[in-house]
Amino acid sequence: MTILAFDWALLIEKLVLIAIIVFGSLGIALYTTFAERKVAAILQDRPGPNRAGPFGLLQPFADGLKLIMKEEIIPNTSNKVLFILGPAMAMTAALMTCAVIPWSSHVELFDRKIELQIADINIGILYVFGVVSMGVYGIMIGGWASNNKFSLMAALRGASQAISYELAMGLALIAVLMLSGSLSLKTIVGEQMAQGNLWNIAYQPLGFLIFFVCALAECNRTPFDLPEAENELNFGYHQEYSSMKLGFYLFAEYVNMIMSSAIMACLYFGGYDVPFLDESTLAPNIAALIGVGALLVKIVIFIFIFMWIRWTIPRFRYDQLMNLGWKTMIPLALANMLITGAVILWRAGG
Amino acid sequence: MNITQILFFLLSAMAIFSAIMVLVSRNPVHSVLWLIAVFFAISGHYILLNAQFLAIVNLIVYAGAIMVLFLFVIMLMNLNKDTEPKKNIWMKLAGVVSGGCFLMVLISLVRQAADMQGKAAQTGVGDIGLIKNLGKALFSDFVVPFEISSVLFLSAMVGAVVIGKKA
Repeated sequence: MTILAFDWALLIEKLVLIAIIVFGSLGIALYTTFAERKVAAILQDRPGPNRAGPFGLLQPFADGLKLIMKEEIIPNTSNKVLFILGPAMAMTAALMTCAVIPWSSHVELFDRKIELQIADINIGILYVFGVVSMGVYGIMIGGWASNNKFSLMAALRGASQAISYELAMGLALIAVLMLSGSLSLKTIVGEQMAQGNLWNIAYQPLGFLIFFVCALAECNRTPFDLPEAENELNFGYHQEYSSMKLGFYLFAEYVNMIMSSAIMACLYFGGYDVPFLDESTLAPNIAALIGVGALLVKIVIFIFIFMWIRWTIPRFRYDQLMNLGWKTMIPLALANMLITGAVILWRAGG
Repeated sequence: MNITQILFFLLSAMAIFSAIMVLVSRNPVHSVLWLIAVFFAISGHYILLNAQFLAIVNLIVYAGAIMVLFLFVIMLMNLNKDTEPKKNIWMKLAGVVSGGCFLMVLISLVRQAADMQGKAAQTGVGDIGLIKNLGKALFSDFVVPFEISSVLFLSAMVGAVVIGKKA
């Protein structure tokens, strides 16, 4: 049997890595919900959740238990299969992004060199975009299958917002790709770690700003949380959902936040690079651990900024949101792309 | 049978089944969702041919952007059985016959085309689908058609704006 002639050790290694990364992301997402409530409380000068466990640390588990124990309601008139498919797709798309993120360099274990990245494919960043565009379906299918006008309106808003801001995001990304000359996230991070090179934020400050704003819009975070504008649309595209299906939608948002933070850290802030430290002088395993720590610190900082913005800025009106996306972000991103290309050509020629 | 062959048959079966479901589904929204499944299967075929860039662009552009717009239109038009025109049996029969004729022409064309004679798909070894080679080919050998097609897109965009202004 040729089917069994397979690198089984590699398969097991990858499966373990996938399990660690997926459950790790879910664990971080669990505590991001807690952090969101705590940050909101601090910004609004109140104590926040502090009853479950020491400092309220068990609160996310209490919330999860509550969601699971709630009665599950599927509306009579809705399409059952699609109604269940909606949150499933939202969650799957959110988690699939983690496959191409380079969490750190490699570790050496049992005489094997294990890369701390699930798949280093040569189109890494495009894969992320593909998965993000699948996430839109989670919202649209859920909103439509609910058979509720408010849900459908919210789903349409969410999808058109995601498509509009994907354009500017892609244009901002092209400037980064011109700098590094590769679509693989590992190579992009490697370029920034190389001696004498600065992080991409030094070359692409405007590109980063555009990318960050678009990431906010893609994650449906304030000031772009039009799809779940409570005062106009009751609760948004997940209005008819209850129990853990609602939990999946809410949870997918936090997983998306973590993943977009990781992508931004990799693209603009050197990924698992620690500034002023030459990783090649350390033992590989220690360097890898430090790398994971550095990336996690960058992710946490980004998530904090996401929350800080949410509890500071009010939301846009819908026409303002579209104006910002099409008339400000896209021309700025185009200009940024042209200038970057011109400077690269000029430096290559001179 | 190696893994590539197994995957090929699996993806082909998925593509054909989803394509049939596009036609058979009564609900237009279900049809669109099955069409997205077809795009996924075809992207899988691209990956088997070592054309990762084409695979992912197929997903982003067709499955991601175009199908979302399609879904918009269908959800907003609120199509159902009452609004869909009833076609009589002769129309359906004529459709089947002409479709079958078209299929026959296509199959014989593919079977007898000189370019196809005695050639098999190269799985996992071809490299034209990689972004580097594709970009080089597009911007050197095919640069004129490539730029002309971009003018076509521009005119389509202008047309969309004009129609939008009218409404």
